[in-house]
Amino acid sequence: MKNKKQKNRHVYWNPYFGGFLMGLLIILTFYLTGRGLGASGALKSGVVTIVDTVATTHAHSNEYYSKFLSEDKSPMNNWLVYEAIGVLFGAFLSGAFTGRIKWKIDHSPKITSKRRLLFALGGGILFGLGAQIARGCTSGAALSGMAVLSTGGFITMLSIFGTGFIVAYFFRKNWI
Amino acid sequence: MGPLIPNGLIPLEWNYVIAILIGMAFGYILEASGFSSSRKLAGVFYGYDFVVLKVFFTSAVVAVLGIFYMDYLNLVDITQLYVHPTYLWAAIIGGMVMGVGFLAGGFCPGTSLCAVAIGKIDGIVFTIGLMIGIFIFAELFDVLEPLFVGSNLGNITLVDTLDISPYWIIFIFTIIALVSFVISDIVRKKVKKVFY
Repeated sequence: MKNKKQKNRHVYWNPYFGGFLMGLLIILTFYLTGRGLGASGALKSGVVTIVDTVATTHAHSNEYYSKFLSEDKSPMNNWLVYEAIGVLFGAFLSGAFTGRIKWKIDHSPKITSKRRLLFALGGGILFGLGAQIARGCTSGAALSGMAVLSTGGFITMLSIFGTGFIVAYFFRKNWI
Repeated sequence: MGPLIPNGLIPLEWNYVIAILIGMAFGYILEASGFSSSRKLAGVFYGYDFVVLKVFFTSAVVAVLGIFYMDYLNLVDITQLYVHPTYLWAAIIGGMVMGVGFLAGGFCPGTSLCAVAIGKIDGIVFTIGLMIGIFIFAELFDVLEPLFVGSNLGNITLVDTLDISPYWIIFIFTIIALVSFVISDIVRKKVKKVFY
């Protein structure tokens, strides 16, 4: 156990170093593009594209999908989609350099993998729903919003983490 | 003066190349900081690992300091930057739904993409869940539309809301971040270790 703890400590970057680089990256992103980072936007483009392919008339008649559909441009032809492809590459590189790439399910030893995956699915559904309501997730709304002092960004951040601390008790078996 | 692409100082053709490069840096930093592990992320809510709080607050403080400093030096025009709009109740309720999703699923969208990239099966399932959630939102848009478009306060910042100088806000925010780092280290020493 002691050995494992020491391993844990040295595997990842110092959080302040990672945070500092992330801050510089946000500055650079605003400096170049005038906007911040995002993550859920790319998945939204994916959903819009799938629905448009499977049920075109439905996608065009739905008020939400039709916001992102135009005649001459695929919803996948979007800044955030390219950024998300980059995220996958970048994370893969980091994982490759440190030997972290393998099929794995992270969960507390007190629960089964099946339970973990069920909660991951449910949590994902809720997060996807919430990110649409709030017009962005932890990256797009909270982090990039806070970088320019957006009131909504701060409210979303406080709401996500405040709720997290309130409900943490009910999910403790999954994590500790 | 920045932002460079909206002001035509970098040709628009470079936009998607830059998107991929920025995304790569984003993914690399997230993964290298440990954000591809759901148990590490969840640690902040139980006091056994504060990496989320430290990375998140450090990056927000660095970013806001840098952006306002560049504005002060006339390197970037802050009025041209996109300010995430404030829809009060949508931000609160959306954040609450995300908060429950975070604790149940252990990821957020950016971190789940990193988890997918290194083969975490829970990350893949979470990402599928995200897409289902977005699909549900779109299908229920008629019901959710009043919440989504209501209480629109526009692209306001804390400067408008609190009516004090941005420099004071940034100063106070920095102090809050530093205090939270100290408190998090004290808490972590008292909480039972969790191995993952």
